[in-house]
Amino acid sequence: MILFGQILEVLIGGLLSGVLYSLVALGFVLIFKASGVFNFAQGAMVLLAGLALVRPLDYLVAQGVPFWVAVVLGLVFAAAVMTVTAWLIERFVLGPLVNQDGLILFMSTIGVTFILEGAAQMIFGADAYPLRLFPTDAWFLFEDQFPGGVLVNKLDVWGGMIAGVLVAGLAVFFQRTKTGRALRAVADDHSAAQSVGIPISWIWFIVWLVAGLVALVAATVWGTKLGVQFSITFLALKALPVLIIGGFTSVPGAIVGGLIIGAGEKLAEVYLGPYMGGGIEYWFGFVLALLVLMVRPQGLFGERIIERI
Amino acid sequence: MRAPAASDVAAGEVLLSVENVSLSFGGVRAIHEVSFDIRKGEIRAIIGPNGAGKTSMLNVINGFYHPQAGSITFKGVTRTQMRPFEAARGGIGRTFQNVALFKGMSALDNIMVGRTLKMRRGFLWQMLRVGPALTEEIEHRHRVEEIIDFLEIQAIRKVQVARLPYGLQKRVELGRALAMEPDLLLLDEPMAGMNLEEKEDMSRFIIDVNDHYGTTIALI
Repeated sequence: MILFGQILEVLIGGLLSGVLYSLVALGFVLIFKASGVFNFAQGAMVLLAGLALVRPLDYLVAQGVPFWVAVVLGLVFAAAVMTVTAWLIERFVLGPLVNQDGLILFMSTIGVTFILEGAAQMIFGADAYPLRLFPTDAWFLFEDQFPGGVLVNKLDVWGGMIAGVLVAGLAVFFQRTKTGRALRAVADDHSAAQSVGIPISWIWFIVWLVAGLVALVAATVWGTKLGVQFSITFLALKALPVLIIGGFTSVPGAIVGGLIIGAGEKLAEVYLGPYMGGGIEYWFGFVLALLVLMVRPQGLFGERIIERI
Repeated sequence: MRAPAASDVAAGEVLLSVENVSLSFGGVRAIHEVSFDIRKGEIRAIIGPNGAGKTSMLNVINGFYHPQAGSITFKGVTRTQMRPFEAARGGIGRTFQNVALFKGMSALDNIMVGRTLKMRRGFLWQMLRVGPALTEEIEHRHRVEEIIDFLEIQAIRKVQVARLPYGLQKRVELGRALAMEPDLLLLDEPMAGMNLEEKEDMSRFIIDVNDHYGTTIALI
Protein backbone atom coordinates (compact mmCIF):
# COMPACT_ATOMS: atom_id res chain seq x y z
CA MET A 1 0.00 0.00 0.00
CA ILE A 2 2.84 2.36 0.81
CA LEU A 3 4.29 1.73 -2.64
CA PHE A 4 1.00 2.47 -4.36
CA GLY A 5 0.56 5.67 -2.36
CA GLN A 6 4.03 6.75 -3.37
CA ILE A 7 3.45 6.03 -7.05
CA LEU A 8 0.21 8.00 -6.90
CA GLU A 9 1.96 10.94 -5.26
CA VAL A 10 4.79 10.99 -7.80
CA LEU A 11 2.34 10.60 -10.66
CA ILE A 12 0.04 13.41 -9.52
CA GLY A 13 2.98 15.69 -8.77
CA GLY A 14 4.51 14.90 -12.15
CA LEU A 15 1.32 15.45 -14.12
CA LEU A 16 0.68 18.77 -12.45
CA SER A 17 4.21 20.07 -12.91
CA GLY A 18 3.92 18.90 -16.52
CA VAL A 19 0.95 21.22 -16.95
CA LEU A 20 3.21 24.07 -15.87
CA TYR A 21 5.60 23.19 -18.70
CA SER A 22 2.60 23.24 -21.00
CA LEU A 23 1.88 26.83 -20.02
CA VAL A 24 5.22 27.86 -21.47
CA ALA A 25 4.92 25.51 -24.45
CA LEU A 26 1.56 27.08 -25.33
CA GLY A 27 3.21 30.39 -26.13
CA PHE A 28 5.50 28.65 -28.62
CA VAL A 29 2.62 26.77 -30.24
CA LEU A 30 0.58 29.93 -30.69
CA ILE A 31 3.27 31.78 -32.57
CA PHE A 32 4.35 28.73 -34.56
CA LYS A 33 0.78 28.00 -35.64
CA ALA A 34 0.12 31.53 -36.70
CA SER A 35 3.36 32.67 -38.26
CA GLY A 36 5.33 29.49 -38.87
CA VAL A 37 8.04 30.97 -36.65
CA PHE A 38 9.72 29.12 -33.83
CA ASN A 39 9.77 31.96 -31.33
CA PHE A 40 13.06 31.75 -29.52
CA ALA A 41 12.02 34.77 -27.42
CA GLN A 42 9.18 33.05 -25.55
CA GLY A 43 11.31 32.50 -22.41
CA ALA A 44 12.40 36.13 -22.45
CA MET A 45 8.75 37.16 -22.76
CA VAL A 46 7.90 35.16 -19.63
CA LEU A 47 10.70 37.01 -17.80
CA LEU A 48 9.54 40.39 -19.09
CA ALA A 49 5.90 39.71 -18.15
CA GLY A 50 6.92 38.49 -14.70
CA LEU A 51 9.10 41.53 -14.00
CA ALA A 52 6.46 43.92 -15.35
CA LEU A 53 4.01 42.31 -12.92
CA VAL A 54 6.08 41.90 -9.77
CA ARG A 55 7.86 45.27 -9.66
CA PRO A 56 4.75 47.53 -9.79
CA LEU A 57 3.05 45.07 -7.45
CA ASP A 58 5.80 45.39 -4.84
CA TYR A 59 5.82 49.16 -5.26
CA LEU A 60 2.05 49.49 -4.78
CA VAL A 61 2.06 47.19 -1.76
CA ALA A 62 4.86 49.27 -0.24
CA GLN A 63 2.67 52.35 -0.78
CA GLY A 64 -0.05 50.74 1.31
CA VAL A 65 -2.37 49.67 -1.52
CA PRO A 66 -4.41 46.56 -0.56
CA PHE A 67 -2.79 43.39 -1.95
CA TRP A 68 -5.51 42.26 -4.35
CA VAL A 69 -6.01 45.75 -5.77
CA ALA A 70 -2.26 45.91 -6.35
CA VAL A 71 -2.37 42.50 -8.06
CA VAL A 72 -5.09 43.64 -10.46
CA LEU A 73 -3.23 46.88 -11.23
CA GLY A 74 0.00 44.95 -11.68
CA LEU A 75 -1.67 42.52 -14.12
CA VAL A 76 -3.15 45.40 -16.11
CA PHE A 77 0.26 47.09 -16.25
CA ALA A 78 2.01 43.88 -17.32
CA ALA A 79 -0.64 43.24 -19.99
CA ALA A 80 -0.08 46.78 -21.29
CA VAL A 81 3.67 46.16 -21.42
CA MET A 82 3.09 42.94 -23.40
CA THR A 83 0.79 44.82 -25.79
CA VAL A 84 3.41 47.46 -26.47
CA THR A 85 6.06 44.76 -26.87
CA ALA A 86 3.90 42.89 -29.39
CA TRP A 87 3.40 46.09 -31.34
CA LEU A 88 7.10 46.96 -31.33
CA ILE A 89 8.11 43.45 -32.43
CA GLU A 90 5.61 43.49 -35.29
CA ARG A 91 6.51 47.02 -36.35
CA PHE A 92 10.28 46.87 -36.24
CA VAL A 93 11.25 43.19 -36.48
CA LEU A 94 8.68 41.09 -38.31
CA GLY A 95 6.87 43.74 -40.34
CA PRO A 96 9.85 44.34 -42.66
CA LEU A 97 10.30 40.56 -43.04
CA VAL A 98 6.90 39.67 -44.53
CA ASN A 99 7.21 37.01 -47.25
CA GLN A 100 10.60 35.89 -45.94
CA ASP A 101 11.61 32.34 -45.16
CA GLY A 102 10.73 30.82 -41.76
CA LEU A 103 14.41 30.44 -40.87
CA ILE A 104 15.02 34.17 -41.29
CA LEU A 105 12.10 34.94 -39.01
CA PHE A 106 13.48 32.46 -36.47
CA MET A 107 16.86 34.19 -36.52
CA SER A 108 15.19 37.53 -35.91
CA THR A 109 13.49 36.14 -32.78
CA ILE A 110 16.93 35.24 -31.40
CA GLY A 111 17.78 38.92 -31.66
CA VAL A 112 14.48 39.79 -30.00
CA THR A 113 15.40 37.45 -27.12
CA PHE A 114 18.56 39.38 -26.23
CA ILE A 115 16.86 42.74 -26.55
CA LEU A 116 13.93 41.67 -24.37
CA GLU A 117 16.15 40.09 -21.71
CA GLY A 118 18.39 43.12 -21.56
CA ALA A 119 15.62 45.71 -21.67
CA ALA A 120 13.47 43.91 -19.10
CA GLN A 121 16.32 43.72 -16.58
CA MET A 122 17.49 47.26 -17.32
CA ILE A 123 14.05 48.72 -16.70
CA PHE A 124 12.74 46.51 -13.91
CA GLY A 125 15.90 45.32 -12.19
CA ALA A 126 17.88 42.09 -12.34
CA ASP A 127 17.39 40.57 -8.87
CA ALA A 128 15.21 37.62 -7.96
CA TYR A 129 11.84 38.93 -6.85
CA PRO A 130 9.46 36.70 -4.90
CA LEU A 131 5.87 36.66 -6.11
CA ARG A 132 3.04 35.32 -3.94
CA LEU A 133 -0.11 35.11 -5.98
CA PHE A 134 -1.13 31.54 -5.28
CA PRO A 135 -0.93 29.47 -2.10
CA THR A 136 2.31 27.49 -1.98
CA ASP A 137 1.45 25.00 0.75
CA ALA A 138 0.22 21.49 0.11
CA TRP A 139 -2.77 19.24 0.63
CA PHE A 140 -2.50 15.72 2.03
CA LEU A 141 -5.11 13.51 0.40
CA PHE A 142 -6.23 9.93 1.14
CA GLU A 143 -4.68 9.95 4.59
CA ASP A 144 -7.03 7.12 5.60
CA GLN A 145 -5.98 4.85 2.73
CA PHE A 146 -2.22 5.48 2.76
CA PRO A 147 0.04 6.16 5.69
CA GLY A 148 1.21 9.76 5.43
CA GLY A 149 -1.32 10.48 2.67
CA VAL A 150 -0.63 11.77 -0.81
CA LEU A 151 1.00 15.18 -1.03
CA VAL A 152 -0.41 17.57 -3.65
CA ASN A 153 0.90 21.11 -4.15
CA LYS A 154 -1.88 23.70 -4.21
CA LEU A 155 0.13 25.85 -6.61
CA ASP A 156 0.31 23.00 -9.13
CA VAL A 157 -3.44 22.54 -8.94
CA TRP A 158 -3.95 26.24 -9.63
CA GLY A 159 -1.58 26.00 -12.55
CA GLY A 160 -3.50 23.02 -13.91
CA MET A 161 -6.83 24.79 -13.74
CA ILE A 162 -5.48 27.93 -15.39
CA ALA A 163 -3.89 25.90 -18.18
CA GLY A 164 -7.17 24.03 -18.74
CA VAL A 165 -9.14 27.24 -19.17
CA LEU A 166 -6.48 28.71 -21.47
CA VAL A 167 -6.38 25.67 -23.70
CA ALA A 168 -10.15 25.40 -24.02
CA GLY A 169 -10.33 29.06 -24.98
CA LEU A 170 -7.44 28.92 -27.43
CA ALA A 171 -8.66 25.74 -29.11
CA VAL A 172 -12.04 27.30 -29.86
CA PHE A 173 -10.36 30.52 -30.96
CA PHE A 174 -8.15 28.72 -33.50
CA GLN A 175 -10.66 26.25 -34.86
CA ARG A 176 -13.86 28.23 -34.91
CA THR A 177 -13.33 31.93 -35.41
CA LYS A 178 -12.49 33.86 -38.53
CA THR A 179 -9.49 35.41 -36.80
CA GLY A 180 -8.25 31.93 -35.89
CA ARG A 181 -8.69 30.76 -39.47
CA ALA A 182 -6.88 33.86 -40.67
CA LEU A 183 -4.02 33.09 -38.27
CA ARG A 184 -3.61 29.59 -39.65
CA ALA A 185 -3.83 30.94 -43.19
CA VAL A 186 -1.03 33.43 -42.56
CA ALA A 187 1.12 30.65 -41.15
CA ASP A 188 0.75 28.62 -44.34
CA ASP A 189 1.26 31.25 -47.01
CA HIS A 190 1.81 34.98 -46.60
CA SER A 191 1.01 36.15 -50.09
CA ALA A 192 -2.06 33.94 -50.48
CA ALA A 193 -3.36 35.23 -47.16
CA GLN A 194 -2.84 38.81 -48.29
CA SER A 195 -4.61 38.08 -51.56
CA VAL A 196 -7.83 37.14 -49.78
CA GLY A 197 -7.71 40.34 -47.78
CA ILE A 198 -5.99 39.39 -44.54
CA PRO A 199 -3.81 42.22 -43.21
CA ILE A 200 -0.67 40.36 -42.10
CA SER A 201 0.68 43.07 -39.82
CA TRP A 202 -2.53 43.13 -37.80
CA ILE A 203 -2.64 39.34 -37.54
CA TRP A 204 0.98 39.19 -36.37
CA PHE A 205 0.29 41.84 -33.78
CA ILE A 206 -2.59 39.75 -32.45
CA VAL A 207 -0.45 36.60 -32.38
CA TRP A 208 2.36 38.24 -30.43
CA LEU A 209 -0.15 39.86 -28.13
CA VAL A 210 -1.80 36.52 -27.35
CA ALA A 211 1.62 34.88 -26.89
CA GLY A 212 2.59 37.75 -24.59
CA LEU A 213 -0.53 37.28 -22.50
CA VAL A 214 0.07 33.53 -22.28
CA ALA A 215 3.62 34.38 -21.15
CA LEU A 216 2.11 36.61 -18.48
CA VAL A 217 -0.08 33.76 -17.22
CA ALA A 218 2.93 31.43 -17.20
CA ALA A 219 4.87 34.10 -15.32
CA THR A 220 2.25 34.32 -12.56
CA VAL A 221 2.47 30.58 -11.90
CA TRP A 222 6.21 30.12 -12.43
CA GLY A 223 7.00 33.38 -10.64
CA THR A 224 5.18 32.07 -7.60
CA LYS A 225 7.01 28.75 -7.84
CA LEU A 226 10.58 29.96 -8.49
CA GLY A 227 10.50 33.71 -7.90
CA VAL A 228 10.77 36.10 -10.82
CA GLN A 229 14.41 35.92 -11.89
CA PHE A 230 16.58 35.53 -14.94
CA SER A 231 16.71 31.74 -14.80
CA ILE A 232 12.97 31.72 -15.66
CA THR A 233 14.03 32.20 -19.29
CA PHE A 234 15.49 28.69 -19.27
CA LEU A 235 11.94 27.36 -19.01
CA ALA A 236 11.94 27.77 -22.76
CA LEU A 237 14.35 24.82 -22.89
CA LYS A 238 12.02 22.72 -20.77
CA ALA A 239 9.20 23.48 -23.17
CA LEU A 240 11.15 22.09 -26.12
CA PRO A 241 10.62 18.35 -25.48
CA VAL A 242 6.98 19.15 -24.68
CA LEU A 243 6.62 20.69 -28.12
CA ILE A 244 8.36 17.81 -29.85
CA ILE A 245 6.11 15.25 -28.20
CA GLY A 246 2.87 17.18 -28.57
CA GLY A 247 3.56 18.58 -32.02
CA PHE A 248 4.48 22.17 -32.78
CA THR A 249 1.09 23.07 -34.19
CA SER A 250 -1.29 21.61 -31.65
CA VAL A 251 -2.69 23.43 -28.62
CA PRO A 252 -4.04 20.24 -26.99
CA GLY A 253 -0.71 18.62 -27.96
CA ALA A 254 1.13 21.13 -25.77
CA ILE A 255 -0.95 19.98 -22.81
CA VAL A 256 -0.65 16.25 -23.46
CA GLY A 257 3.07 16.65 -24.16
CA GLY A 258 3.47 18.52 -20.89
CA LEU A 259 1.65 15.75 -19.00
CA ILE A 260 3.82 13.05 -20.56
CA ILE A 261 7.06 14.92 -19.84
CA GLY A 262 6.02 15.88 -16.32
CA ALA A 263 4.88 12.41 -15.28
CA GLY A 264 7.70 10.71 -17.20
CA GLU A 265 10.55 12.68 -15.66
CA LYS A 266 9.22 12.47 -12.11
CA LEU A 267 8.58 8.71 -12.31
CA ALA A 268 11.98 8.20 -13.91
CA GLU A 269 13.70 10.25 -11.22
CA VAL A 270 12.11 8.29 -8.40
CA TYR A 271 12.22 4.77 -9.84
CA LEU A 272 15.15 4.80 -12.31
CA GLY A 273 17.20 7.61 -10.78
CA PRO A 274 18.70 5.63 -7.89
CA TYR A 275 20.20 3.09 -10.33
CA MET A 276 21.77 5.81 -12.47
CA GLY A 277 23.16 8.13 -9.85
CA GLY A 278 20.11 10.40 -9.60
CA GLY A 279 19.39 13.80 -11.12
CA ILE A 280 18.03 12.27 -14.32
CA GLU A 281 14.84 14.33 -14.41
CA TYR A 282 16.70 17.21 -16.06
CA TRP A 283 17.41 15.28 -19.21
CA PHE A 284 14.83 12.49 -19.19
CA GLY A 285 12.30 14.67 -21.03
CA PHE A 286 14.72 15.04 -23.93
CA VAL A 287 15.12 11.24 -24.12
CA LEU A 288 11.35 10.90 -24.39
CA ALA A 289 11.33 13.59 -27.09
CA LEU A 290 14.03 11.75 -29.00
CA LEU A 291 12.01 8.53 -28.92
CA VAL A 292 8.96 10.35 -30.26
CA LEU A 293 11.05 11.94 -33.02
CA MET A 294 12.10 8.49 -34.18
CA VAL A 295 8.56 7.14 -34.39
CA ARG A 296 6.45 10.19 -35.17
CA PRO A 297 8.46 13.23 -36.25
CA GLN A 298 5.45 15.53 -36.42
CA GLY A 299 4.60 14.82 -32.77
CA LEU A 300 1.50 13.12 -31.41
CA PHE A 301 -0.93 15.82 -32.52
CA GLY A 302 1.03 17.75 -35.13
CA GLU A 303 -0.13 18.35 -38.66
CA ARG A 304 1.32 15.88 -41.07
CA ILE A 305 2.75 17.75 -44.01
CA ILE A 306 3.26 15.65 -47.11
CA GLU A 307 5.97 16.88 -49.40
CA ARG A 308 5.70 15.96 -53.04
CA ILE A 309 8.98 14.98 -54.58
CA MET B 1 -14.73 58.13 -63.39
CA ARG B 2 -12.32 58.77 -66.19
CA ALA B 3 -13.71 60.45 -69.28
CA PRO B 4 -14.26 57.79 -71.98
CA ALA B 5 -11.43 57.85 -74.49
CA ALA B 6 -11.85 57.25 -78.19
CA SER B 7 -10.59 53.71 -77.85
CA ASP B 8 -13.43 52.68 -75.48
CA VAL B 9 -15.63 51.17 -78.14
CA ALA B 10 -16.71 47.90 -76.54
CA ALA B 11 -19.81 47.70 -74.40
CA GLY B 12 -19.64 47.74 -70.59
CA GLU B 13 -17.97 50.39 -68.50
CA VAL B 14 -14.28 50.36 -67.68
CA LEU B 15 -13.66 48.43 -64.47
CA LEU B 16 -9.90 48.64 -64.35
CA SER B 17 -7.66 50.95 -66.22
CA VAL B 18 -3.89 50.76 -66.13
CA GLU B 19 -2.08 53.83 -67.41
CA ASN B 20 1.60 54.13 -68.27
CA VAL B 21 2.66 51.82 -65.46
CA SER B 22 6.39 51.25 -65.12
CA LEU B 23 8.07 48.95 -62.65
CA SER B 24 11.72 48.07 -62.32
CA PHE B 25 13.77 46.02 -59.90
CA GLY B 26 17.16 47.67 -59.70
CA GLY B 27 18.30 47.81 -63.30
CA VAL B 28 15.75 45.33 -64.63
CA ARG B 29 12.77 46.99 -66.24
CA ALA B 30 9.97 44.50 -65.68
CA ILE B 31 7.17 46.72 -66.94
CA HIS B 32 7.67 49.74 -69.15
CA GLU B 33 4.85 52.23 -69.71
CA VAL B 34 2.06 49.71 -70.06
CA SER B 35 -1.54 50.85 -70.47
CA PHE B 36 -4.74 48.87 -70.91
CA ASP B 37 -8.37 48.80 -69.86
CA ILE B 38 -10.51 45.96 -68.67
CA ARG B 39 -14.25 46.38 -69.02
CA LYS B 40 -16.88 44.92 -66.76
CA GLY B 41 -17.90 41.38 -67.66
CA GLU B 42 -14.89 40.77 -69.87
CA ILE B 43 -12.47 37.88 -69.96
CA ARG B 44 -9.18 39.52 -70.79
CA ALA B 45 -5.97 37.61 -71.46
CA ILE B 46 -2.50 38.99 -70.89
CA ILE B 47 0.01 37.21 -73.11
CA GLY B 48 3.75 37.34 -73.59
CA PRO B 49 6.87 35.20 -73.47
CA ASN B 50 8.54 34.05 -70.24
CA GLY B 51 9.90 36.93 -68.19
CA ALA B 52 7.84 39.51 -70.06
CA GLY B 53 6.41 40.84 -66.79
CA LYS B 54 2.92 39.35 -66.92
CA THR B 55 2.93 38.20 -63.29
CA SER B 56 4.57 41.48 -62.24
CA MET B 57 1.60 43.24 -63.88
CA LEU B 58 -0.84 41.20 -61.81
CA ASN B 59 1.21 41.90 -58.70
CA VAL B 60 0.97 45.61 -59.41
CA ILE B 61 -2.80 45.46 -59.87
CA ASN B 62 -3.18 43.41 -56.71
CA GLY B 63 -0.91 45.64 -54.62
CA PHE B 64 2.05 43.30 -54.03
CA TYR B 65 4.30 45.61 -56.05
CA HIS B 66 4.17 49.35 -56.14
CA PRO B 67 4.85 50.82 -59.58
CA GLN B 68 7.41 53.61 -59.85
CA ALA B 69 5.33 55.45 -62.41
CA GLY B 70 1.81 55.42 -63.78
CA SER B 71 -1.58 55.01 -62.17
CA ILE B 72 -4.23 52.37 -61.73
CA THR B 73 -7.90 53.17 -61.68
CA PHE B 74 -10.21 50.52 -60.25
CA LYS B 75 -13.95 51.12 -59.98
CA GLY B 76 -13.36 54.82 -60.60
CA VAL B 77 -10.82 55.23 -57.81
CA THR B 78 -7.27 56.08 -58.85
CA ARG B 79 -4.35 55.08 -56.68
CA THR B 80 -0.63 54.63 -56.90
CA GLN B 81 0.09 52.79 -53.65
CA MET B 82 -2.11 50.11 -52.16
CA ARG B 83 -1.44 47.19 -49.87
CA PRO B 84 -2.68 43.73 -50.90
CA PHE B 85 -5.37 43.40 -48.25
CA GLU B 86 -6.75 46.77 -49.32
CA ALA B 87 -6.93 45.53 -52.90
CA ALA B 88 -8.82 42.47 -51.65
CA ARG B 89 -11.20 44.70 -49.73
CA GLY B 90 -11.78 46.70 -52.89
CA GLY B 91 -12.87 43.51 -54.70
CA ILE B 92 -9.80 42.14 -56.44
CA GLY B 93 -9.34 38.38 -56.05
CA ARG B 94 -6.51 36.33 -57.48
CA THR B 95 -4.87 32.96 -57.85
CA PHE B 96 -1.16 32.29 -58.11
CA GLN B 97 1.13 30.72 -60.67
CA ASN B 98 2.56 28.26 -58.18
CA VAL B 99 -0.36 26.97 -56.17
CA ALA B 100 -0.58 29.07 -53.02
CA LEU B 101 -3.00 27.21 -50.79
CA PHE B 102 -3.03 26.90 -47.03
CA LYS B 103 -1.54 23.42 -47.09
CA GLY B 104 -2.35 22.29 -43.58
CA MET B 105 -6.04 23.06 -43.92
CA SER B 106 -8.90 21.20 -45.58
CA ALA B 107 -10.31 22.31 -48.92
CA LEU B 108 -13.38 23.56 -47.09
CA ASP B 109 -11.36 25.65 -44.63
CA ASN B 110 -9.30 27.07 -47.47
CA ILE B 111 -12.41 28.33 -49.18
CA MET B 112 -13.86 29.54 -45.87
CA VAL B 113 -10.77 31.72 -45.41
CA GLY B 114 -11.84 33.42 -48.63
CA ARG B 115 -14.96 34.54 -46.78
CA THR B 116 -12.93 36.26 -44.04
CA LEU B 117 -13.69 39.72 -45.34
CA LYS B 118 -17.42 39.05 -45.50
CA MET B 119 -17.70 38.01 -41.87
CA ARG B 120 -18.68 40.83 -39.61
CA ARG B 121 -19.13 39.44 -36.11
CA GLY B 122 -16.37 39.98 -33.57
CA PHE B 123 -14.31 37.01 -32.52
CA LEU B 124 -15.75 36.96 -29.00
CA TRP B 125 -19.16 36.19 -30.48
CA GLN B 126 -17.61 33.57 -32.72
CA MET B 127 -15.92 31.90 -29.78
CA LEU B 128 -19.21 31.64 -27.93
CA ARG B 129 -20.81 30.15 -31.05
CA VAL B 130 -24.26 31.51 -30.24
CA GLY B 131 -26.91 33.70 -31.81
CA PRO B 132 -25.91 36.03 -34.61
CA ALA B 133 -22.38 34.66 -34.99
CA LEU B 134 -23.69 31.13 -35.52
CA THR B 135 -26.27 32.31 -38.03
CA GLU B 136 -23.54 34.16 -39.86
CA GLU B 137 -21.24 31.15 -39.91
CA ILE B 138 -24.01 28.93 -41.28
CA GLU B 139 -24.85 31.48 -43.95
CA HIS B 140 -21.22 31.67 -45.08
CA ARG B 141 -20.87 27.91 -44.99
CA HIS B 142 -23.91 27.78 -47.26
CA ARG B 143 -22.30 30.11 -49.78
CA VAL B 144 -19.08 28.09 -49.65
CA GLU B 145 -21.00 24.87 -50.31
CA GLU B 146 -22.51 26.53 -53.39
CA ILE B 147 -19.03 27.27 -54.68
CA ILE B 148 -17.95 23.71 -53.91
CA ASP B 149 -20.92 22.39 -55.90
CA PHE B 150 -20.15 24.79 -58.70
CA LEU B 151 -16.55 23.61 -58.99
CA GLU B 152 -17.55 19.95 -58.55
CA ILE B 153 -15.23 19.32 -55.63
CA GLN B 154 -17.84 17.98 -53.17
CA ALA B 155 -15.95 14.75 -52.62
CA ILE B 156 -12.74 16.39 -51.43
CA ARG B 157 -14.06 19.13 -49.20
CA LYS B 158 -12.65 17.63 -45.99
CA VAL B 159 -9.36 16.51 -47.48
CA GLN B 160 -6.20 18.33 -46.48
CA VAL B 161 -5.21 20.18 -49.65
CA ALA B 162 -1.57 19.10 -49.60
CA ARG B 163 -2.81 15.58 -50.41
CA LEU B 164 -4.80 16.59 -53.48
CA PRO B 165 -3.58 16.20 -57.05
CA TYR B 166 -2.40 19.36 -58.75
CA GLY B 167 -5.47 19.98 -60.88
CA LEU B 168 -7.77 19.82 -57.88
CA GLN B 169 -5.51 22.13 -55.87
CA LYS B 170 -5.83 24.69 -58.64
CA ARG B 171 -9.59 24.29 -58.48
CA VAL B 172 -9.62 24.83 -54.71
CA GLU B 173 -7.53 27.93 -55.20
CA LEU B 174 -10.06 29.22 -57.73
CA GLY B 175 -12.77 28.43 -55.18
CA ARG B 176 -11.02 30.46 -52.51
CA ALA B 177 -10.78 33.46 -54.84
CA LEU B 178 -14.46 33.05 -55.81
CA ALA B 179 -15.49 32.97 -52.15
CA MET B 180 -14.39 36.60 -51.91
CA GLU B 181 -17.05 37.43 -54.53
CA PRO B 182 -14.54 39.63 -56.32
CA ASP B 183 -15.45 42.19 -58.96
CA LEU B 184 -12.19 41.46 -60.73
CA LEU B 185 -10.56 38.05 -60.70
CA LEU B 186 -6.89 37.77 -61.62
CA LEU B 187 -5.81 34.28 -62.68
CA ASP B 188 -2.09 33.71 -62.99
CA GLU B 189 -1.57 30.87 -65.49
CA PRO B 190 -4.58 28.86 -64.31
CA MET B 191 -3.76 26.06 -66.72
CA ALA B 192 0.01 25.80 -66.36
CA GLY B 193 1.24 22.26 -65.89
CA MET B 194 -2.17 20.64 -66.41
CA ASN B 195 -3.01 17.71 -68.62
CA LEU B 196 -5.53 18.06 -71.41
CA GLU B 197 -8.52 16.96 -69.40
CA GLU B 198 -7.69 19.26 -66.50
CA LYS B 199 -7.22 22.13 -68.94
CA GLU B 200 -10.62 21.51 -70.49
CA ASP B 201 -12.23 21.44 -67.05
CA MET B 202 -10.51 24.63 -65.98
CA SER B 203 -11.47 26.47 -69.19
CA ARG B 204 -15.06 25.43 -68.67
CA PHE B 205 -15.01 26.69 -65.06
CA ILE B 206 -13.50 30.03 -66.06
CA ILE B 207 -16.16 30.58 -68.72
CA ASP B 208 -18.87 29.46 -66.29
CA VAL B 209 -17.64 31.83 -63.57
CA ASN B 210 -17.84 34.66 -66.06
CA ASP B 211 -21.36 33.64 -67.19
CA HIS B 212 -22.77 32.68 -63.83
CA TYR B 213 -21.38 35.29 -61.46
CA GLY B 214 -20.67 37.99 -64.06
CA THR B 215 -17.13 38.25 -62.70
CA THR B 216 -14.63 40.15 -64.78
CA ILE B 217 -11.55 38.02 -65.36
CA ALA B 218 -7.99 38.84 -66.33
CA LEU B 219 -5.87 35.78 -67.02
CA ILE B 220 -2.38 35.05 -68.15
